[in-house]
Amino acid sequence: MNPANYLILSGLLFSIGAVGVLLRRNAIVVFMCIELMLNAANLTLVTFSRINGTLDGQIIAFFVMVVAAAEVVVGLAIILAIFRTRRSASVDDVNLLKY
Amino acid sequence: MNGQILISAAGEFTRTSTGEAATFWILAPVAVLAALGMVLARNAVHGALLLVANLFCLAVFYMLQDAPFLGFVQIIVYTGAIMVLFLFVLMLVGVDSSDSLVENLRGQRIAAIILGAGFAGLLVFPIGGVIEGTRAAGLTAANDGGNIQAIARLLFTDYVFAFEIVSALLIIAAVGAMVLGHRERVGGKVTQKEMLRRRFATGGPVTPVAGPEVYARPDAPRAPSVLPGPPADLPALPPESSHGLSARGNGNDSRPVGAGKGTNR
Repeated sequence: MNPANYLILSGLLFSIGAVGVLLRRNAIVVFMCIELMLNAANLTLVTFSRINGTLDGQIIAFFVMVVAAAEVVVGLAIILAIFRTRRSASVDDVNLLKY
Repeated sequence: MNGQILISAAGEFTRTSTGEAATFWILAPVAVLAALGMVLARNAVHGALLLVANLFCLAVFYMLQDAPFLGFVQIIVYTGAIMVLFLFVLMLVGVDSSDSLVENLRGQRIAAIILGAGFAGLLVFPIGGVIEGTRAAGLTAANDGGNIQAIARLLFTDYVFAFEIVSALLIIAAVGAMVLGHRERVGGKVTQKEMLRRRFATGGPVTPVAGPEVYARPDAPRAPSVLPGPPADLPALPPESSHGLSARGNGNDSRPVGAGKGTNR
C-alpha cells in the first residue's frame, strides 16, 4: 500500500464533515462534524510528518487537538447558553443577535 | 542537518508493510462509514457514538504511522474527554431535540450534497493521481530514542512559544466556559417557608407527592393502597414535564411547587 493513501482517506473524511455542517440543523451535530474535519486535518498532518521524516507535523497535530479541546469547551457553553434562552439547539432558531 | 537527511534517506520506502496495509484497508471503510453514519443519524446520540468509532479508527492510524503519542492522546482526549462532554451536553439539552426537517433555504440540501461530492472529488482525485510512487522518509530516524522524547524535545525547544500561548488559550477557554455557564440569580433564594406558602396558595397537594410507581399516596389507614389506575378520590398528578433543562426548574424556580415528580423534600 502506498503510504499516501491516508491522504485520500482524510480528504474523504473532511468532505463528509463539510457536508454534515451544511446539512444538519442541530447545533451539537454541526459541532461534531467540525470535530470530524479537524481530525481529518490531523490525519493529513501525521501522514505528511511521516512522508517528510520530521516530527513537526505531529507537533502541529498535537496543537490542533489542544485548540479543538478549548473550542469544544467554549462552543458547548455557548450552545447551552443559547438553549437556556431560546429553548432550542437548532441553528435555524438562532436568528437574532440580540438577547 | 545534512547528516539527518542522509540518515532519514536511508529508511525511505514507497510501500508500507503488509500488516499496515491490511489494517488500513480494514479500518478505512469503517472510518468512512462511521463518519457517514454520524452525518446521517437521526438521533444525535447515535451520531456521537459513531463519531467515537471514527476517532478510534483515526487513533489506530496514528499509531500505524509511527505516532503512538498522538494515538493515545487521541483516545484519551478525544474519545475520553471531548466526546463525553458532547454526550453530557446532549443529555442536558435533551436527546429528543432532533433536527427539524423544514428547509429554511430552498434547495439547500441538494446544493450541499452536490457541493460536498464535488469537493470530495476535487480533493481525492488529484491526490490519487499524484501519490503514485510517493517516497515516504519514515520516522525511524526522527523517533530514535522514543517518540515521546522526540516530541518533547521539539515541543520545548522550537515550539516553546506556541506551547506557552496554548497554555494561555486553555486558561482563557476555561474562564470563558465559566462566564458563559454562569447565571445571576434573579430574586432571592426560595426558602422552605415560601415554598410551603406557595403550595397552599396554588391548592395543589399539600403533602409531598409520592414518587412514581407508588400507589398508596395518602399516608393514612383510611385510604388503602390501590391498584394501578386513576384513583377516584385523589387529585390527579400533574403530567410529567417535558425533557431537558426545563424539567429541572432552570434555576429561577418559578414553577409551582409540586409539579413534576420527586418533590417530597
